[in-house]
Amino acid sequence: MPDDAVFWVLAVPAVASGAMVFRLDSMARATYALLLSLLCVGGLVIRLGLDYLGVVVILMMTIEMALMAVFMVMFMMNPAGLMPMSMLHNKRGAAAICAGVFALLAAGILLAPWPRRRGRPDDDPTMALGESLMGPHMLTMMTLGLALFTTIVATVVLATGRGRYDRFGDDLRARRPADPVRPGARR
Amino acid sequence: MTLEPVLLVAAALFCVGLFGALSQQSVVMLMMGLELMLGGVILAAAAVWRFVAPAATDGQVLVVLAVTVMAVEMAVGFAVVTALFRTREVDMTDDAAELKG
Repeated sequence: MPDDAVFWVLAVPAVASGAMVFRLDSMARATYALLLSLLCVGGLVIRLGLDYLGVVVILMMTIEMALMAVFMVMFMMNPAGLMPMSMLHNKRGAAAICAGVFALLAAGILLAPWPRRRGRPDDDPTMALGESLMGPHMLTMMTLGLALFTTIVATVVLATGRGRYDRFGDDLRARRPADPVRPGARR
Repeated sequence: MTLEPVLLVAAALFCVGLFGALSQQSVVMLMMGLELMLGGVILAAAAVWRFVAPAATDGQVLVVLAVTVMAVEMAVGFAVVTALFRTREVDMTDDAAELKG
């Protein structure tokens, strides 16, 4: 049963390090615990036969967690975890809701009459995915593209501290930018 | 490997993430919880593709969708945190409750 063994070797760390994210004191360590959890998810996706998507998940998560570590150090207290800390509110309520949701999901998973497997996977699932995204699922792909583009614009607008409208006025007609610091070497 | 264990692992990931999203005070930690929840969704979609309908590509497209949602969530989340911190020096959810109903 090597297949099952590999599954559990990836599944147990995925859930365990996911839980460790909210137990570790250090933000940097929490980030890497999350990275480990999502890398295991990527590995499981590869085990399930979706090589391309699994690699995409792994690459994306690696970069994302590297960025997240930077933000952690920027925004959070105690990034090094030198002292124990807890930043929870309503811990009991949250734990109860999560236990309830898990019980509900597990009951559904175990009791539902799952349909029998229909068809066989394509020899090359990645090719099938590409053809599907460029064919019948084109609308999905276009919506995703538009959403990503909107995200780029929205994040730049949100994260910009002083844009050109702050500097040159609402009609952009000011001759000199209203900067707090004058330009040039002589101040 | 069968469908049910994979879905159970996905549900466990989802619920651990839900706990983080509900209980964490820091916005960045809250986003980590959301990432874990989406990780569970990705795993569940891949499992359904493999064990229920491998001939259709809908499961794979769902994984692509979840990965995109992850990227968007992360980018917008950090942009909101940056904007919030810049204007009010706030990085905790409890201090940013103006829109609470």
